[in-house]
Amino acid sequence: MNAVTATRQVFGGSGARVRWVGFQTIVLREFSRIIRIWGQTIVPPAITATLYFVIFGSLIGRRIGQMDGFDYMQYIAPGLIMMSVITNSFGNVVSSFFGAKFGKHVEELLVSPLPNWLIVLGYVAGGVLRGLLVGALVTAVALLFTHLPVQHPFLIITSVILTSVVFSLGGFFNAIFAKNFEQISWFPTFVLTPLTYLGGVFYSVSLLPGWAERLSYANPILYMVNAFRYGFLGASDVDIVKAFVVTVGAAIVMFAIVVSLMNRGTGIRD
Amino acid sequence: MKALSIQGLAKTYRNGVQALRGIDLDVEEGEFFALLGPNGAGKTTAIGIISSLVTKSAGTVSVFGHDLDREPEQAKSCLGLVPQEINFNMFEKVFTIVVNQAGFYGIPRRQAREQAERYLRQLQLWDKRDSIARSLSGGMKRRLMIARALVHEPRLLILDEPTAGVDIEIRRSMWEFLRGINHRGTTIILTTHYLEEAENLCRQVAIIDKGRITENDRMGNVIRKLNQETFVLNFRDPLTALPPLPGYDARLVDDHTLEVEVSKERGLNDLFASLSAAGVVVVSMRNKVNRLEELFMRLVESGGAPQGGAR
Repeated sequence: MNAVTATRQVFGGSGARVRWVGFQTIVLREFSRIIRIWGQTIVPPAITATLYFVIFGSLIGRRIGQMDGFDYMQYIAPGLIMMSVITNSFGNVVSSFFGAKFGKHVEELLVSPLPNWLIVLGYVAGGVLRGLLVGALVTAVALLFTHLPVQHPFLIITSVILTSVVFSLGGFFNAIFAKNFEQISWFPTFVLTPLTYLGGVFYSVSLLPGWAERLSYANPILYMVNAFRYGFLGASDVDIVKAFVVTVGAAIVMFAIVVSLMNRGTGIRD
Repeated sequence: MKALSIQGLAKTYRNGVQALRGIDLDVEEGEFFALLGPNGAGKTTAIGIISSLVTKSAGTVSVFGHDLDREPEQAKSCLGLVPQEINFNMFEKVFTIVVNQAGFYGIPRRQAREQAERYLRQLQLWDKRDSIARSLSGGMKRRLMIARALVHEPRLLILDEPTAGVDIEIRRSMWEFLRGINHRGTTIILTTHYLEEAENLCRQVAIIDKGRITENDRMGNVIRKLNQETFVLNFRDPLTALPPLPGYDARLVDDHTLEVEVSKERGLNDLFASLSAAGVVVVSMRNKVNRLEELFMRLVESGGAPQGGAR
């Protein structure tokens, strides 16, 4: 080993600056991970979306006719985009944070001066990045099959970001409690996928029998999908203000829960 | 100034194991401090609590005057940790690992790159900067963890068995490196199973056993407490029987080798006189184990006081 340099550098700066640089570093690391394993993070959702559009939109959709006054392919496109945003935001954070726990490199962050809420925000930003990246790709695929009008661009952007935040936090929550790789697939398999499929991606809930329609309103994904669809088509099964209240509320509650678990050391500290 | 101050630190794990039973420990700034103890004594738990990886059950920890509970960001900024187990992302590049760690301590990217280069060069890993971490050898992985721990220039560096599984040549070059780091002002706390390493490097030593500090003193004072040492003598000619050695507890290991326990009061002169009288020619002599190791074993075996009478 070479001789030690004679002087010790002194790094300082305000807490805010340390936090900002730390946050950027986490996001950059997450982004690098998404790009490094693009074959697992970017390509599969694009292939899945293409298959959905081919089968449900082009082949079956032609026989279904119109839904809420729109061509079926047009109707399901926002739902399919949102579905890929939800699963990829969730999947990015759950696999990245659990991987960090499993490989113990989460300790790099735990020993650092970054507060827990910032660590959570960093991972969530990574999840949102992947959600938006995949969402943009699936939108491009959708545009190969159908025309998508844009009625309320601001609603589209805010609803997709908020939804991505909620499910990134969901992924973090799952990763905190997961003890093995099997457990990171429980929540997506038993909760996320059923709620997404029953959340109005492929149909309007007005088609359901009364009890099923009422039950659907308890599904938060219904509000997110419909807010997003409203941004494109101007049509929704739910009140848009209510949809935003539900999404923002879910984001705040999830963030508080996840940060509190981190502060208690649940799943990360002995 | 105290680099580290621990008061009444206790840890009981959920399974009921009491790893720490209320330890007090002060480490002065600039010190090279050895924290020793047998497996399961509580060393790694103590280090885990200091570095925020383990939640304590009771007590306080402050780093350079910053309480870990009240001022965690300031306290953690002063600290660098080289853990016992490899804990970097095996799929990341060496350079990226070190640069990112600097970022977690708020060092902007450009400076982080400079710092990473500086320490990777010092630890002779610069040629490996673009290698994926898992492709490194065991010794390189250890050095990478040291580079990562130093990249933000911590005032207190904690090394939990940094030379475990490393060959003797690299171990000795690591010692020189750590001496240099300490010489330029970084306080170092070291745990190790190589007691020769602790004796060579550290000026202060604390011994922890069953969750309690049983010894905390200058290295010289601790070594002086060793009242009895075991020596191994090699003879020029073979012996068929043990010559009379009154007052010494001795045994023949083989026909050329004698193992003898010598107390401080007794000394070695009478032993050599007896051997000379018996016509035995001694060609070499060495300690059976290093002195700290001998003391450590006696301390642990006796549950506190060294056998033969600690003073």
